[in-house]
Amino acid sequence: MSPVIYLDNNATTCIAPEVFEAMTPFLTDYYGNPSSMYSFGGFVGKSLAAARSQVASLLNAQDTEIVFTSCGTESDNMAVIGALDANPDKKHIVTTRVEHPAVLSLAKRLEKRGYLVTFLSVDRQGLLDLDELRESITDQTAIVSIMYANNETGTIFPVEEIGQIVKEKGSIFHCDAVQAVGKIPLDMAKSHIDLLSLSGHKLHAPKGVGALYIRRGTRCRPLIIGGHQEKGRRGGTENVASIVGLGRATVLAAEHVQLENTVVREMRDALQDMIFTKIPDSILNGHPEQRLPNTVNISFPYIEGEAILLMLDEHGICASSGSACTSGSLEPSHVLRAMGIPFTAAHGSVRLSLSVYNKRDEIELTANALVQIVKRLREISPFSAESEFNPTGSI
Amino acid sequence: MWDYTDQAKEHFLNPRNVGEVEDADGIGDVGSVSCGDALRLTFKLDADGRIADAKFKTFGCASAIASSSALTEMIKRLTIEEAEKISNQDIVKFLGGLPQEKMHCSVMGKEALDAAIAYYRGEKVKEGDDDEHGRLICSCFGVTEGLIEKVVRENNLKTVDEVTYYCKAGGGCETCHENIEEILEKFKDEADRTAPAAVKKAPEKRKLTMIEKLSKIQETINTEIKPSLAKDGGDVELIDLDGDKVIVALRGACSSCPSAGFTLRYAVEQKLKEFVSDDLFVEEVKA
Repeated sequence: MSPVIYLDNNATTCIAPEVFEAMTPFLTDYYGNPSSMYSFGGFVGKSLAAARSQVASLLNAQDTEIVFTSCGTESDNMAVIGALDANPDKKHIVTTRVEHPAVLSLAKRLEKRGYLVTFLSVDRQGLLDLDELRESITDQTAIVSIMYANNETGTIFPVEEIGQIVKEKGSIFHCDAVQAVGKIPLDMAKSHIDLLSLSGHKLHAPKGVGALYIRRGTRCRPLIIGGHQEKGRRGGTENVASIVGLGRATVLAAEHVQLENTVVREMRDALQDMIFTKIPDSILNGHPEQRLPNTVNISFPYIEGEAILLMLDEHGICASSGSACTSGSLEPSHVLRAMGIPFTAAHGSVRLSLSVYNKRDEIELTANALVQIVKRLREISPFSAESEFNPTGSI
Repeated sequence: MWDYTDQAKEHFLNPRNVGEVEDADGIGDVGSVSCGDALRLTFKLDADGRIADAKFKTFGCASAIASSSALTEMIKRLTIEEAEKISNQDIVKFLGGLPQEKMHCSVMGKEALDAAIAYYRGEKVKEGDDDEHGRLICSCFGVTEGLIEKVVRENNLKTVDEVTYYCKAGGGCETCHENIEEILEKFKDEADRTAPAAVKKAPEKRKLTMIEKLSKIQETINTEIKPSLAKDGGDVELIDLDGDKVIVALRGACSSCPSAGFTLRYAVEQKLKEFVSDDLFVEEVKA
């Protein structure tokens, strides 16, 4: 069972053939423990070190600044909890209302446990008010955790400006860059970011591996307590094959980042242009320019997202929605709500996220399918631009 | 991804009776944009008083569209009195089932049907928080006490989660969970009064194999009986099974309790009859 057209690369990506090839020896022949004292394990240890260098190289960081984790969520948890543990006198956290649940749910949990949390709001395009950020940071602020680019809308925050403000105020800056790595060139040597999370499966490595960049000198306690792996910063025998895969994927990402910003961006722009031209009343969610090159999030008012996705599925097209029915909760996406997108539009939002593996003809097929689907569902809907439909009952 | 039945998918992908009946005798509008689904049901009667045509327009997910389509098919050719008897569970059955979290879609169908019938009868369409529907319980989704009571009664609901699945109440800020608990509690009390034992629907009672019977007995003892005995410091142990005779030993506080016979009869035997088989009876061995 394989999708015909995969446009959900912000959810997960395919494993690149080069990555798979690099991994397989470590799932078959080279099963030694990288910590062992014989050369059968030592070889594996060297492969781990090589992968660490590859990841560091993509970020222009030092090898010793990279800690491998099990996923982006673990990296985020380790950054926030690790920084709080290392600064036990400070009880304040600053974050935003549009973070990924890996940070947002954690912040809410910490709030219940007695921490003071500031959730910064965003405007209609998903951007922060930097003055509000500056005012929110106090000498009690242990960590500021703000994402690089939003997973739902693709809106990119000005992280270096944010980092400068955080540094002026003397706090630690964690950046969840899970969606940005591989799509935006990063240079940690010139950055103000102290802690940066990345995830393997968003950049054509497998699921179940991630990394946390910890700037040299940043105090961050381990989250997973155990052996001396990762220089005591993360216990647990390393997921060797996946780490090797992540290393290989970061080399590919360095090669592809140019394509992301040319070929992929052009396909994405073509897709959104076709949609806006052919489907009346469609609305862009997110910033028109400050946005990931692969992402477009569009609302189709008067219809509901899950219905759109299931009809796209009939065409073999994979996408996401911020509608309530797809989230498992009864409310639409927290990101769209934080941006003040009206409910009429939030329920009918669709996110299309591309990769370098998409082809131009897939874009046209998708746009044409969407035109038909939106038309059909709007025929079924009692709401429209002209309708006076205004039911009173509940449900 | 939701696990929709083939029937539900079919009614979503090829919905029947989309649109609005002209000069409708019944019009039922329910839902809202903010809640994520809404439905307009219209129908027209023929000279014999049967529903000649029914149509719908729905804003909502696949199961909302499928439920609406199913509803219009179900009520055609029925009299108002017959249509009135259709429950949300009938809509679910027609679709071969709905995911539990989507039950509210079937309830929306039922609500639209009730509203359309009320319109036909000339009963004024309710304006939200009138007496008939009682006070507003869930302000996130605008659900009244009346509707919650109705879905609890008609679907035999037991938990707040179930109430949320069936009518969305409690699915937002969660501050009304206590109020929903109170409503559930009220129904539990009523049920206890009207039918002392066996109100709880016992699971299927087909002929069990010995192994099935034994493992069900053990499971029931572990999950249903031990916890309630433990509250009084007592315990029970399954010793043997001889046909339908369940041999147990009472332990802890139960072993010396003057009401041990009562416990055996009501706490142990009744539960086993309820959850395993009506034929079971219990005997105690003194350990």
